[in-house]
Amino acid sequence: MGYTTGLVCRACGKEYPEAPNYVCEDCFGPLEVLYDYERISQEVSPQRISSGPKSMWRYEALLPLQGEPKAGQQAGYTPLIHARRLGEALGLSRLYIKNDTVNVPSLSFKDRVVSVAVSKALEFGFDTVACASTGNLANSLASQAASAGLRSFIFIPDNLEEAKVVGTLVYDSQVVAVKGNYDDVNRLCSEVASIYPWAFVNINLRPYYSEGSKTFAFEIAEQLGWESPDHIVIPVAGCSLLTKIWKGFKELERLGWIKRNSAMLYAAQASGCSPVSTAIKNGWDTIRPVKPNTIAKSLAIGNPADGYFGLQAVKETGGYGEDVSDKEILEGILLLARTEGIFAETAGGVVVAVTRKLVQQGRIGRDHLTVLAITGNGLKTQEILVGKTPQPLKISASLEDFTDQIEKTERRQQYGCAG
Amino acid sequence: MAVLVRIPIPLRRFVEGRPLVEAQGGTVSEVLGDLSLRYPGVHQRLYDGSGLRPFVNVYLNEEDIRFLAGEQTPVKDGDLISVVPAIAGG
Repeated sequence: MGYTTGLVCRACGKEYPEAPNYVCEDCFGPLEVLYDYERISQEVSPQRISSGPKSMWRYEALLPLQGEPKAGQQAGYTPLIHARRLGEALGLSRLYIKNDTVNVPSLSFKDRVVSVAVSKALEFGFDTVACASTGNLANSLASQAASAGLRSFIFIPDNLEEAKVVGTLVYDSQVVAVKGNYDDVNRLCSEVASIYPWAFVNINLRPYYSEGSKTFAFEIAEQLGWESPDHIVIPVAGCSLLTKIWKGFKELERLGWIKRNSAMLYAAQASGCSPVSTAIKNGWDTIRPVKPNTIAKSLAIGNPADGYFGLQAVKETGGYGEDVSDKEILEGILLLARTEGIFAETAGGVVVAVTRKLVQQGRIGRDHLTVLAITGNGLKTQEILVGKTPQPLKISASLEDFTDQIEKTERRQQYGCAG
Repeated sequence: MAVLVRIPIPLRRFVEGRPLVEAQGGTVSEVLGDLSLRYPGVHQRLYDGSGLRPFVNVYLNEEDIRFLAGEQTPVKDGDLISVVPAIAGG
């Protein structure tokens, strides 16, 4: 089983054997998994994948496990929807939504990476898993650790949305709320990881964990009939998803499973935390970290670890980066809900609002095949919408009251005045 | 100034396996320079031709030095410098 051949430093190319190791001892560059692509192309094909399980594990050959998946067996293979009504609102005729708001088990794209990480933790023989998280990773790891019978320690900033905290605690995970922002939590975790012999999914298991994100790209390609779209708009926090979507399409092209990789990648951020889009707009080749201040807490990473590679990905594919205000994020969430019936969390609002900007700038054309990466469920960040939606019509349980009130409401809507 | 430096796992083999070492200097740059002098091998891991490597994060008393004066940030007795490889998030 397995097509991996070891680890390699993404910065200097030094190779390492497969182990819970994440950093190059020569240059501190991040390690990533190496595959035997020749053997994959001989033994695996799109036809074989099409008859595989209806989950991300249909792409098992391009994931770094030695044996069968031991966690998240149902994760992935989420719907790709032709979003006609949202497309009309944005001026796009070929707009698609990759809908990870309905991913399982925890309603975000993080179920993909955690499925790989927890399976890998079990392969390596760990009994405890841990992570630093802005919420979605926390939910997914707590859930999958519970079902795998592993102990979990979850480190979060102390200002997260209530639903994301409860949605972690419910699995009996040890949650550690750290005073500070995600970048403080991340630094602390790195120090904790150097003392405790745990599987930190986004530290010592990072090379494996992050590979799960490639399935987002694989599914888009397969669901489009083994083609690459023209544009993909991707929410950016640590920049891992964008970087791995890039890698995923390159792998498909290398294996000859898509004819041509033409996907231009766009980094979507909140203006209150936009180190990546700012670097892209200014043509910088390094990231200048920022202190996050935005309602898009899932994206509130001021010092994105994969930012350096994300900038390369955007540049190489001819994409761009944009950011939007908190007000635009809320409008994006509401527009997506009202046109497509999809309730996304703040990151989804960021993607919709950024897409609107990219269309206005002429970067995305009306007939271009465009995919929006909608990565998390709105039920987790409901509190930001309190007072921003219409209110319920409160009536007594009488038909007369209902018809009376509803007529008044309709008149108000029709004439735009009280009446 | 005597400053403590927290050493990440990939660097420990150059500092006799110690998680924490003391070094001297008036700025972050001087402290890391002193560390490099005392322990051969450290410099090459932290720096490339143009400065600190892109995947090395340095913190002074828990603050990223890029929010301070970078490597020129002054240090005082008893300060703690932490060297941390960049890590992913989510």
